[in-house]
Amino acid sequence: MDSFGRLRPVHTNAVIFAFVGNGIFTAIYYSVPRLVKSPMWSKALGQIHFWGWQLIIVLGAVTLMMGYTTGKEYAELEWPIDILITIIWLVFGANMFGTILKRRERHLYVAIWFFIASWVTVAMLHIVNSVELPVSLFKSYSWYAGVKDALVQWWYGHNAVAFFLTTPYLGLMYYFLPKAANRPIYSYRLSIVHFWSLIFLYIWAGPHHLLYTALPDWAQSLGTVFSIMLLLPSWGGMLNGLFTLRGAWDKVREDPILKFFVVGVTCYGMSTFEGPLLSLKNVNAISHYSDWTIAHVHIGALGWNGFMTFGMLYWLIPKLYRTKLYSKKLASQHFWIGTLGIILYAVPMYWSAFKSYFMMKAFTPSGQLRYDFMDTVQTAIPFYVLRAVGGTIFLIGLHLMIYNLIKTARKGKFQASEDAEAAPLVKNYKPAAGSFWHSVIERKSILLLVLSLVVVGIGGIVEMVPTFLVKSNIPTISSVKPYTPLELQGRDIYIKEGCYNCHSQMIRPIRHEVKRYGEYSKAGESVYNHPFQWGSKRTGPDLARIGNKYPNSWHFNHMLDPGAMIEGSIMPSYPWLFEKDVDINTTKSKIHAMRKLGVPYVKNYESIANQELLGQADKIVESLKKDKISIGNKKEIVALIAYLQRVGVDIKK
Amino acid sequence: MKFKNYLTQIENVEVFPLISLGLFVVFFLIVTIWVMRWDKSTVDEMGNLPLDKEDK
Repeated sequence: MDSFGRLRPVHTNAVIFAFVGNGIFTAIYYSVPRLVKSPMWSKALGQIHFWGWQLIIVLGAVTLMMGYTTGKEYAELEWPIDILITIIWLVFGANMFGTILKRRERHLYVAIWFFIASWVTVAMLHIVNSVELPVSLFKSYSWYAGVKDALVQWWYGHNAVAFFLTTPYLGLMYYFLPKAANRPIYSYRLSIVHFWSLIFLYIWAGPHHLLYTALPDWAQSLGTVFSIMLLLPSWGGMLNGLFTLRGAWDKVREDPILKFFVVGVTCYGMSTFEGPLLSLKNVNAISHYSDWTIAHVHIGALGWNGFMTFGMLYWLIPKLYRTKLYSKKLASQHFWIGTLGIILYAVPMYWSAFKSYFMMKAFTPSGQLRYDFMDTVQTAIPFYVLRAVGGTIFLIGLHLMIYNLIKTARKGKFQASEDAEAAPLVKNYKPAAGSFWHSVIERKSILLLVLSLVVVGIGGIVEMVPTFLVKSNIPTISSVKPYTPLELQGRDIYIKEGCYNCHSQMIRPIRHEVKRYGEYSKAGESVYNHPFQWGSKRTGPDLARIGNKYPNSWHFNHMLDPGAMIEGSIMPSYPWLFEKDVDINTTKSKIHAMRKLGVPYVKNYESIANQELLGQADKIVESLKKDKISIGNKKEIVALIAYLQRVGVDIKK
Repeated sequence: MKFKNYLTQIENVEVFPLISLGLFVVFFLIVTIWVMRWDKSTVDEMGNLPLDKEDK
């Protein structure tokens, strides 16, 4: 039962937590002991951390493919794995801080600042966004609903990019770039300003993922302003990295490691220029839900995270095996192939985004939409083929590296650890006169941790508190009612199959969207949605007003064979929905959980819930019979149809 | 629709973004001044931390 809806979270989780995660840990376990001149605090914790993390990756891939998901992007893993992540993250933190605390170097280099801030912020983001109520071993509902859930999710989602994909890699850059170039960073002062302003600003920018949505205006503006300001520290950091190579460009020509770093840092600059641009409302109107976002994140993932990791590995593996790189030429070829792969991936996606935007918003002189949604899908297909070629080329380059590094390791001898060289620190150290505050902050790692938390905490609080405080002020739309038990089960199937990966449920107040999909979405409509399902990408059309648009039999046939109902559809079919039964034993606990989260089901509703469920299912089965379709009333497809027919109809009542 | 602008019902919500902007400006100035006041020898020492003796 593999379909794109389940594969996509596996892909994103693998890139973020498997590839980048392991990249971060490699950088930290190598650089921190050397920067503090003391071995890692605990070998055992290191082992637990390593194997625990790999276990999380495997469990993540398996459970996501099985359809166990919370339905929140990049936070899809279900609650037992969330707890495991928390434990392993604490183990990692303990080991890192243990090392820092018993260091033999008084000063903390800026890379360590980045590592500390990343650790504490990721801990905060993961815990806050993962607050969920378990209903069974592998099913839970988000504590938050609708607008609030969206705000928390994108506060998390954006800062997962910031504090998982960016700040630890900046730490990596500040350590490995000077190492590879054999010269100190261009401006150490700039690196400190870079650090503080970046972590301060990043945390506020989340709402730019929700422009034109039902999120309140002031929060959208806040996200935009801070996103634009982010350009300054980001480019400060990029220039700091590139200027480090000033007067050494002849080295860059010959050294593939420096080549990877230069393009990696440049991609960081491109992504962080594009980011603020995308947070402008008028640009976002084009990019949101489109392939532009896909291009943007791949410049980051392939260029910044990918190339920085490759540069680090080409430098590190020969060092660890006390030998020279097996083939410099092969590494150089990898560099060119990788660069070509990135370009071939990104350019078609930009192109496709603009092309489909202009098609989407085209009207005939009489005010009708010029193109169907399917026309834009058909236009995008050749671009999807091209980007697949680009991605494959990038992957070929990666395999050249694997071969090269294995060959390198084979000819060398692994050195597990180096001897600690420095003498222990003297107690009662007195800093030079006049440098009191400097020495207090940059030498005290715990203070640094607390200050980082305060800095990122302010942003989180100002951004979210108003939305949370106004609970009593949200006049729920009186016609918006909780889901029936069958619809609730159907919604869980919608989440399980990852429909949100291709379909949004959020119509923006933009002329062509309202014309194409219907009345724009209101905040009050999703107050019972734990989790929200606004989505972020439209490979298929928006579904916020899908209810009552087509007859039940249409949905039945469409889920079985989408191409038969809509010519040219690229949606996969879902044959298992017609074979599997809904587990109605879960209905009771689901209703119970929803009520705990604030959904106003009447008292003791649990006891009659399944009776109502079957009643509604029978009605759908009967209506299908009229169209000469026979199906059992407990089949998953029946519940899914019930849900789809409910989406977005309440406000029409 | 009545509920459309429900968040404007919190009094003075517009002030939140302004407070945050002010906070950042103050914070940024403090950090910049703090960093500018470091003495050069410390900055050099810090910058050279990743480069061990043999590398130099």
